[in-house]
Amino acid sequence: MKKQNIYSFLISILSLIFGSFIINSGVVSNSYKTVILQIGIYLIASLSLNFTLGYLGEFTLGHAGFLAAGAYTYALLLKNGVNFLIAIIISAVVSCLIGCITGVLSSRLRGDYLAIASLGISEIIRIIIVNIEIFGGPKGLKSIPKYSNFLLIYSFVVLSFTVFKLIINSKHGRTIIAIREDEIAVKSLGISTRKYKILAFCVSAFFAGISGALWAGNQGILTPGEFGFMKSVEILVMVILGGIGSMTGSVISTSLLVAFPVIFQIFIPNMNKYRMVIYALILILVMIFRPSGIMGKKEFRFNKLKNPGGSENE
Amino acid sequence: MSNYVLECYNLNLLFKNHHAVKDFNLQVEKGKTYGLIGPNGAGKTTVLNLLTRVYKQNLGDIFINGKNTRKWDSTQINRHGIARTFQNIRLFKEMTVLENTMVGFHNNQKYSLFDSIFRTPKYFSEEKKIKNKSLELLSIFGMENKADCLSKNLSYGAQRMVEILRALATDPSILLLDEPAAGMNSSETMNLFEVINKIKNKFEISFIIIEHNMNFIMKICDYIYVLNRGETIAKGKPEEIQKNKEVETAYLGGQYAENK
Ligand SMILES: Nc1ncnc2c1ncn2[C@@H]1O[C@H](COP(=O)(O)OP(=O)(O)OP(=O)(O)O)[C@@H](O)[C@H]1O
Ligand SMILES: [Mg+2]
Repeated sequence: MKKQNIYSFLISILSLIFGSFIINSGVVSNSYKTVILQIGIYLIASLSLNFTLGYLGEFTLGHAGFLAAGAYTYALLLKNGVNFLIAIIISAVVSCLIGCITGVLSSRLRGDYLAIASLGISEIIRIIIVNIEIFGGPKGLKSIPKYSNFLLIYSFVVLSFTVFKLIINSKHGRTIIAIREDEIAVKSLGISTRKYKILAFCVSAFFAGISGALWAGNQGILTPGEFGFMKSVEILVMVILGGIGSMTGSVISTSLLVAFPVIFQIFIPNMNKYRMVIYALILILVMIFRPSGIMGKKEFRFNKLKNPGGSENE
Repeated sequence: MSNYVLECYNLNLLFKNHHAVKDFNLQVEKGKTYGLIGPNGAGKTTVLNLLTRVYKQNLGDIFINGKNTRKWDSTQINRHGIARTFQNIRLFKEMTVLENTMVGFHNNQKYSLFDSIFRTPKYFSEEKKIKNKSLELLSIFGMENKADCLSKNLSYGAQRMVEILRALATDPSILLLDEPAAGMNSSETMNLFEVINKIKNKFEISFIIIEHNMNFIMKICDYIYVLNRGETIAKGKPEEIQKNKEVETAYLGGQYAENK
């Protein structure tokens, strides 16, 4: 392992412990605590969407479907007494299987058609949830044990960030980015683009499922309405604002967008009602003034702050 | 068993009601170079697209090493030994030259997603292997100093070169080049000429080259096929083609006379 990687690993572990300590010490007010936990959950969702949108280059509108699959699987398992860690893993696998279907579709459908098909998949999931008794129907599921604490959520944030980074810097990631750049060229090099598209969607959905599971374990209640089209759009806005294809960009924009309504609540009451309106406005402004998002395709690095203009390569 | 690496018989392709390729026949011998020439819209690129299954022929058969390609897609075509470049360059623009070349080597790089995520020793050894292979390939063509450049920042000629190297990385027995010298200045064209000769000597590869630069194509090819409106109007050795009257009126005497 490179020295730098060991440092990042140690820093992550220390911040997890330190953060967990601060949160539990009662210094942070409850409303801020909620925001911090939400940021973590949304981070996993937006990082996973960025993987298929920014790196694979496939535009989908059904990311909330993966979250729903994860959340409901988790809730049912916990209600039946399954250990929460095992439940998270199983939720991720269930979501991963649905991701696999989206992956197969993405190798057959182009552009807009995939966006519509993925929206279709997420709607089907929602309809299944609403209409099947064990999922609680339209009323949803209540009294899900709340295991999602700071340490759990942010450990998965670090895990997902790390796994995406590791994949991106490997043959698999190179192929996935190459497919974004030029799919016909990738095929001409004897590489099965289908295999890599399915792989990308599986990994993405796997983590989206975890995000959903953590969501369920954070809220304690689930209603099918939460995982509609607007949830997908919300996550999409986070990715686009941060920069499609920049993981650190997603981190920055997700934190801003989740924290923003709560912070402004102090000045404007009922801010949460207007959240989607503001998101839509932000999206339009970004599209006009900075279509590549905050970070573009670049990644944020501390050593770049110290010597701007320094080399891109480490 | 035939001794041709690639054969095609009576290829026909219709775009709606436009007959883009008519009864095209070609047999490629190992290590030989074939030129495809003809005026714009003659159907040259379409022939390459048929050979690589980007388009599917309406009629006719293509064999690679005696095997019919009818059921294959372009991925399988490459795995059976045919690599190509594109008329409108298709590099991975946001990736470096080295990464572009490495993707070419991916098929003989054997490690799984598990190895990627857990950074197993296999990951490191395989990554190192193809990185070295890619650098070696780049250095054969004097491009090792460009390894870390983003490919979109290269000059047009250099981009064409990287595309050829990337195709070569898949270890083909036949290389199809679509207008490799287009947009190159005369020194770049000279360099390309040497590169192709180098590849011929080093790897024993057959070439099919589409090119509008007559000097270039006549010097580099063993056989030339002339297409016009989808039809093969002449084929033969370069010196025969240069003497052919029909070719001259259809093509050489026309808009490309200045290249002669
Ligand atoms: N996808 C397509 N759909 C419809 N018509 C096409 C398509 N691709 C090519 N054609 C037509 O087929 C004919 C042959 O095109 P092709 O690209 O093979 O020509 P070419 O010989 O490569 O010409 P150039 O020297 O300009 O590259 C042209 O008339 C072109 O308009
Ligand atoms: Mg052409």
